[in-house]
Amino acid sequence: MSEQNRDPAVPEKIVTDETEQSKEKPFGHFTRRTFIAQLGAAGIAATATPSLAAAATQEAAAPSAREETIAVTLSINGKKQTLNVEPRVTLLDCLRERLNLTGTKKGCDHGQCGACTVHINGRRVNSCLTFAAMHEGDEITTIEGIGQPGNLHPMQAAFVEHDGYQCGYCTSGQIMSAVAVLKEPWGPEDKDVREAMSGNICRCGAYPNIVAAVHQVRGNSQKSS
Amino acid sequence: MNRFTFVDCATVDEALSQMKGDAVVKAGGIDLLDLMKDGIVSPPKLVSILNVRSLHSIGLTDRGLELGPLTTLSEIAEHPEIQQRYAGLSDAAGHAATPQVRNMATLGGNLMQRPRCWYFRSTDFDCRKKGSSDECHALQGENQYHAIVNNKSCAMVHPSSTAVPLLAMDAEVELTSKAGKRTVAMRDFYVAPEVDLQRETAVKPGELITAIRVPSPAAGTRSAYQKYGEKESFDWPIADAGVVLEMDGRTCRKAAIVLGVAAPTPIHATDAEAALRGKVIDERTAREAGKLAVANATPLSQNGYKVQLFQTAVYRTILLAAGQMGRDPSAVG
Repeated sequence: MSEQNRDPAVPEKIVTDETEQSKEKPFGHFTRRTFIAQLGAAGIAATATPSLAAAATQEAAAPSAREETIAVTLSINGKKQTLNVEPRVTLLDCLRERLNLTGTKKGCDHGQCGACTVHINGRRVNSCLTFAAMHEGDEITTIEGIGQPGNLHPMQAAFVEHDGYQCGYCTSGQIMSAVAVLKEPWGPEDKDVREAMSGNICRCGAYPNIVAAVHQVRGNSQKSS
Repeated sequence: MNRFTFVDCATVDEALSQMKGDAVVKAGGIDLLDLMKDGIVSPPKLVSILNVRSLHSIGLTDRGLELGPLTTLSEIAEHPEIQQRYAGLSDAAGHAATPQVRNMATLGGNLMQRPRCWYFRSTDFDCRKKGSSDECHALQGENQYHAIVNNKSCAMVHPSSTAVPLLAMDAEVELTSKAGKRTVAMRDFYVAPEVDLQRETAVKPGELITAIRVPSPAAGTRSAYQKYGEKESFDWPIADAGVVLEMDGRTCRKAAIVLGVAAPTPIHATDAEAALRGKVIDERTAREAGKLAVANATPLSQNGYKVQLFQTAVYRTILLAAGQMGRDPSAVG
């Protein structure tokens, strides 16, 4: 599925921190993402035949009969959603392309970078390495489910406070991992936090600040390498 | 990724009746999704066993440890009794890939990973292993991560970290098919390329791994595993070693030493094992065993460094198992 299949009338309501939100505001009610999505939709309307355009907008509700789809009910951020998905659709693509939950990022798409980290039944996993159809009845939590602007999760607030990012692309995955670490049996030292966070790559190299943010929320007073 | 039919099974019987033709069994799906996304495999049908609850279990009895194949690597790594009685296994499971992968990756899937070789895992190359060419590009090409032992017909390595301690611990794998159950010892589980290049394991079509059993350790048994890579964490091993020592005080009654990515399959270092039998474990005997472990190595043009690395990995893992050294800070994780 592509950008064109998204409903351009649904703006992206949730961003991962207030800084990003304020950056989006100069364009009035547009965000960067909804603006691009509308461009895409306009492009389709201008070039495609009416029946194709209609088919594109109806896709989510009525998948084409030639594609084998599976009905799956996922509990996403506490809300049950029943979807018809092709078996080959990863949970990551399902979240981003079907449910417009674009806080979860696609980095490498091979389980190597951690940008797509979500929680399934309370455990952190790479959503790019699992099919949505495998998760009937599972509880899935994404970055949108742990906090919102004005009501940030303590880990989100700590990332803001400690500047745990530069470009921000890996940040939602970093935060989802860090929130899971709070419940996992890791030691208190820097090396323990680094090992615990080893599945999330930050190309900007904000690692020391990420470690500081995780320490703060875990309430560690002891820090040594 | 090509389209496929997806069958979600709830029982072993259901899975067995779905496993026909070119259908591929999927548990956690980690390695399989990787291969499918890269176009290396394109199964027409996936039989998902992830929701077969009877295969997801950890059982500890006097006879030993019985693991359902769907037990995740995290569950193995975090289990206090496995940490205590089967330290090498717990360490291997806890240092594979990343925490996120370990939460989804299953023990059965870890054993059934396809080999690592960048020529095998690239659609740009035909090769002997794929059956599409007579050539093994690794023998003359880029081979810094390839096998240093048994590498004449195909120099791939098997990446399973859990297979290393499981082989050292003399574990066995239960396979179930419509015809019934059979048990294969870990030492017979992997098929070396010189035996059959197209078969990687003893698992036959229509068979499903339904249990992995590790015998109860004899009195005085200690085990350890260490893995070495290019990064401090989250890396494929370039050398890993699993050691099981049956001790009478400081004297070794029996030793098992297994090398991970030295050969296309995990292998026992039998000369090193024999050298430790009846000996006091100390710096000198451990170093000697390390040397013997790589005495038969035939490194390729770019992987001679792995010989020294394995020698050191074996020596340090013996001392770790014997309780004479802490976990090596230069090991991965």
